[in-house]
Amino acid sequence: MPTRIPEVARKAAFALTVSTALLLSTTACTGQSASGSSDDASKETTLTFWHAWSAPNEVKGVKALVAGFEKAHPNIHVNVVGNMTDDKINQALRAGGSKAPDVISSFTTNNVGKFCSSGALVDLNPFFKKSDIDPATTFPKAMNEYTQFDGDRCAVPLLGDAYGLYYNKTAFKAAGITAPPKTWSEFEADAKKLTIAQGNSYKQLGFMPNYHGWETTTEHYMGQFGPTYFDKSGKSTVATDPAVADAFTLQKKLVDELGGFKKLETFRSTLGDEWGPKHPFQTGQVAMQLDGEWRLGMALDAKPDFEIGVAPLPVPDDQADQYGKGYITGTIAGIAATSKKQNAAWELVKYMTTNTDAVVAFSNAIHNVPSTLAALKSPDLKYDPRFKTFLDIASNPHSTSSPASINGGVYLTTIQQLGYDYESGATSDLTAGLKKAAAQIDTDIAQAK
Amino acid sequence: MATHTLRAKHRRSVLRNLAFLSPWLIGFAVFFAYPMISTVYFSFMHYDGFKPPTWSGTKNWTYVFEHYPFFWPALRNTLWLVVIMVSLRVLFGLGVGLLITKIKTGTGVFRTLFYLPYLAPPVAATMAFAFLLNPGTGPVNSILEKIGIPAPGWFNDPTWSKPALTLLALWGVGDLMVIFMAALLDVPKEQYEASELDGASAWQRFRYVTLPNISPIIMFAVVTGVIQAMQYYTQPLIAGKVASGVIQGAGTMFEPGYPEHSTLTLPQLIYNLGFQRFDYGSACVVALLLFALSMAFTAFLMRRRGGLIQAGD
Repeated sequence: MPTRIPEVARKAAFALTVSTALLLSTTACTGQSASGSSDDASKETTLTFWHAWSAPNEVKGVKALVAGFEKAHPNIHVNVVGNMTDDKINQALRAGGSKAPDVISSFTTNNVGKFCSSGALVDLNPFFKKSDIDPATTFPKAMNEYTQFDGDRCAVPLLGDAYGLYYNKTAFKAAGITAPPKTWSEFEADAKKLTIAQGNSYKQLGFMPNYHGWETTTEHYMGQFGPTYFDKSGKSTVATDPAVADAFTLQKKLVDELGGFKKLETFRSTLGDEWGPKHPFQTGQVAMQLDGEWRLGMALDAKPDFEIGVAPLPVPDDQADQYGKGYITGTIAGIAATSKKQNAAWELVKYMTTNTDAVVAFSNAIHNVPSTLAALKSPDLKYDPRFKTFLDIASNPHSTSSPASINGGVYLTTIQQLGYDYESGATSDLTAGLKKAAAQIDTDIAQAK
Repeated sequence: MATHTLRAKHRRSVLRNLAFLSPWLIGFAVFFAYPMISTVYFSFMHYDGFKPPTWSGTKNWTYVFEHYPFFWPALRNTLWLVVIMVSLRVLFGLGVGLLITKIKTGTGVFRTLFYLPYLAPPVAATMAFAFLLNPGTGPVNSILEKIGIPAPGWFNDPTWSKPALTLLALWGVGDLMVIFMAALLDVPKEQYEASELDGASAWQRFRYVTLPNISPIIMFAVVTGVIQAMQYYTQPLIAGKVASGVIQGAGTMFEPGYPEHSTLTLPQLIYNLGFQRFDYGSACVVALLLFALSMAFTAFLMRRRGGLIQAGD
């Protein structure tokens, strides 16, 4: 018989096992701070550039852009890493190290406030001054604004995104609809007309209104209503600005009228993914789609068996005069504060974001809206006539974006969360929900300060 | 003089013991004590991971308990998983172990069949389950519909998402099965023979012979299961991501917990607060709470089942 282990020793050993097993949950909280650099951009060097693009034609476009830079700067080599999510970028910016990126680009402007206020990305104002470039006259107004926070320009626009309406012209014809809807009530009627049931599901759904339907996020809907989000003192206006409630009410109405939340979610779970060829708009399963300008190229590549129509998204009935506006955002680029090669990194960022030929060629390659005023006017810009719709949305004075905030896009995810709860029925009192969301946004901002 | 020699001897022996213990002591200090102390320190600091931390008192603690909307749902989910998932996993692992030790032919085949799923990487296993349980296209629901049973929404329905995660955990019960099998085969045969002679029924043999013999193993399974459930991260995150459709959400910040916070767990909050919101102070608060909770659970179980352990060894 084995010797008995004393109880105390046994308990101690057990406690130790427990402690070791719990290590993972407690080691998450150590960090380091960043430093600048005084590297010589004319010397031989290699930069690491992280971007978020993943579709084959997009990756090819990035490679061509970087190849152009390397040709112009033979001493600077660029190691390109694609398909990076914001989560991975956030972590790399914080951790630094030899494999961390020197230059990053992110698909979302939501994090700009956080990147700037935390110092994760370096302030580019001195670089712009040194290169004698004025951002205000180089970039369109909205893009110039969403790339800075509190006077700190930690990001540069690298192509823009405008949101509009894609519609299946063939399905429109079959349903007897002659033109794309201009107001939400027209849209509602069309979405119902375009919906064809099949058993418990749909053969064709007029529109997928659910907030989990990729680009149908709360802020994209709200772009059509023009909310302010914050008042002058920085407090949330979510509960007081009627535009927010109007956007929620419209979406909920669409959800209810097109089949109800549960049925729509079940249908959504059968659909192909957003970036693949089986995207429901491309397969004809969904007749109208709220999406960005890049969808046109992707949809054409998928060679659908219907004609694709493009138009601005509808506007509220009482704002019919503002038809043509849309939500604007874009990809941003920046230099990591942990980079030891910031001067060389600036050369890459400067080339990618301000060299007209480079911006135009990149825009042509990945079907995004150009991000400099010169590139927007460039005769080299090649596009399908339908793409013009997005250029117009981008330059429409009524088009909106969501403002940068100290904690990044947290306020947008709070609004989004209310959206999820409201569409599913978990929250039924919208006014109370909005008040709670506004209080939450204010508390979250106070916590980040 | 004599006392002096004794003292020197004693000191030498202490030093020798410490020298032998040093690899562990260093490991403990570097990988446990230091992170633990800094976690406590950072929980009272405002720290975004970039700028130097500044003192914020109990602000992070109040924030997590009173204002962070995901804390209570995540705590409830974690407790649900600890109670339901762990109990079912132990019961099922024990059941399978019993069954396999009882069958006469093909034991090897069954052992392999039940053990294999445990080898599947968690991400792949979760994605496979999300595919099988897809409410629209999954084979499970099409079969259920064919035989007239109302098909649940699984990972897309807040009431079914945790049961779906439990199914996934039961499928990967191979680790427990192996441990239970070893324990069951270790039960002395003569005890069964004696109890049979005394006229004990199958249930009585299980209750009075098998159970006391394997109770330390059950205890081990429960405690390690509780710790695993407390740290449950990958499966709920992947299930939520796949079901919500955000697979390559490069442009969106994915808030875990789809649908309706039902797959949100405490480790996900640590990730969300620390790495997505850059609020390391609050992340440390949740980490400490998780640690305290795991310790409390373990201590409770050890007290309750202390007698059982001694009965077995």
